[in-house]
Amino acid sequence: MEELLEILSQVKPGVDFEKETELVDSGILDSMAIIQLVARLSDEYDIEITPIDLVPENFNSAQAIYELIKRLDD
Amino acid sequence: MKTITDYFEKAVSENPDKTAVSDENTSLSYNKLMDLARSVGTALASMGRKRSAVALFLDKTPLCVAAMLGTAYSGNFYIVVDSKMPAERIKMMFSTVSPAAVITQPELEGTLNETGFSGKVYFIGDIIETKPDNSVLEAVRAQITQTDPLYCLFTSGSTGVPKGTVVSHGNVIAYTDWFINRFEITNKTVFGSQTPFYFSMSVSDLFSALRTGAELSIIPKKYFAFPIKLIQYLNEKRVNTIYWVPSALCIVANSDLFKYAKPQYLEKVLFAGEVMPVKQLNYWISYFPDVMYANLFGPTETTDICTYYVVNREFDAAESLPIGNACENCDVFVVDENGKECEKHQEGELYVRGPFVAYGYYNNPEKTAEAFVQNPLNKSYPELVYKTGDIVKYNEYNELVYCGRKDHQIKHMGYRIELGEIENASTAVEGVLSAACLYNSSADVIILIYQGKPEENEMLSQVKKRVPEYMVPGKVVKISSMPHNSNGKIDRVLLKNTYGVL
Repeated sequence: MEELLEILSQVKPGVDFEKETELVDSGILDSMAIIQLVARLSDEYDIEITPIDLVPENFNSAQAIYELIKRLDD
Repeated sequence: MKTITDYFEKAVSENPDKTAVSDENTSLSYNKLMDLARSVGTALASMGRKRSAVALFLDKTPLCVAAMLGTAYSGNFYIVVDSKMPAERIKMMFSTVSPAAVITQPELEGTLNETGFSGKVYFIGDIIETKPDNSVLEAVRAQITQTDPLYCLFTSGSTGVPKGTVVSHGNVIAYTDWFINRFEITNKTVFGSQTPFYFSMSVSDLFSALRTGAELSIIPKKYFAFPIKLIQYLNEKRVNTIYWVPSALCIVANSDLFKYAKPQYLEKVLFAGEVMPVKQLNYWISYFPDVMYANLFGPTETTDICTYYVVNREFDAAESLPIGNACENCDVFVVDENGKECEKHQEGELYVRGPFVAYGYYNNPEKTAEAFVQNPLNKSYPELVYKTGDIVKYNEYNELVYCGRKDHQIKHMGYRIELGEIENASTAVEGVLSAACLYNSSADVIILIYQGKPEENEMLSQVKKRVPEYMVPGKVVKISSMPHNSNGKIDRVLLKNTYGVL
């Protein structure tokens, strides 16, 4: 989780990622940020995030993103 | 019929209840769009200004289209300002065109105040409530000519000072005549609009739609991050024609999206704005072999496009797509360094003449004089043509091929090199999703930046197999994601600032 928060703050500095639960819905992460983030996550965790998992619900909070990574890593 | 609003009204009379413009939340019929535009036009005309700038500081929504047409109804011209643009840059644009008024939305008022703009400000929600006054609009119409400006479109320019290209009603009419005929745009066409209204590509789908009774369906930007939703949206709206930047088409190909979801109504895939990598185009073709694919080429200064190529044969990943031949009612020619027409397959600079060519840059006689010049091949009468700064040549099929920007052409180890050629070779490498090349002139080093599977050493050895020794990059940088600018194109300015300095 620590590592993920670090990546998130690099993609979009100045956001309290531990608290936010509407990262996508409220527009904090725009499409370019999501695309960047997905590329970073695929790289760092060596996972393949397919279009099936590219849905707003999986990116609305750090927790949701963390669970997505865990699921894909298994 | 002389103005774009005349052509629009013809489409309204033939398709009054059809949807003209829609997005996720709203949808405007042709009749409704005309009513709103006439309201905006009436309010703006009350200022008593003619051929002045009206700035549209608005999100990309159907109401923004009403404001664009409304500005035309008022006898003025619009500039569209990116709603995400910082106040400092807006200030630069405003100091160039001195807008008579700004139409904006409440959320953007703060940024607008920061620009120090002191003229008339309208909120879009209010101005569309104006009662249309036919006598006012008729009086304006009587004075408009086809040579009046319709919009002024700012391009960033590598120097950082934005230039505003002035485009007339006549330019857009001549240009869309070609677009509509060549791509058979009718009231059955549904465009899935990707490009922002402050980018010249949007002129093509927007105005060819508004002239024919077609529908322009604005795609929410966020769907490019959530591609299954993108496909759902395209299917829900029954989108059959798209005109996107290659980076947007590549998002689809790179995520292998069609394995999971497919657009059901697609007939035409058009692209422009940057080089379309063949590998990703072939992905689209493999799933949709019967769709028409066309590579369009041109600058804002020729309204949008001057040459095009409809894909009619197979290409392999290391080849590049031609930019084809001139559009109908547009002429292009290739000129060497001495201002003489090039020999058959010789490289030279592309010039454009004809009714697509814009007037020049607003309040910028120096830059205008550099690019809008007397036709070097015509010594007999005044004829301004546009010097594109693009280096091209004819291939064996008598099609034009893009070689690169004149200012991207570098001299390295005594050779003249097109960075675009190295990019092409790099994107063709297995597992590479995107690549861009820079040149640091003070250190004389070519820098290759790419996103994809291969590690840097592997990448370098793959590129070495594909380009001559003198074109091999001196530095290779793997990045996890290629940055894109607000138009959706690769952000070369950012790359240069980040990786161009050694």
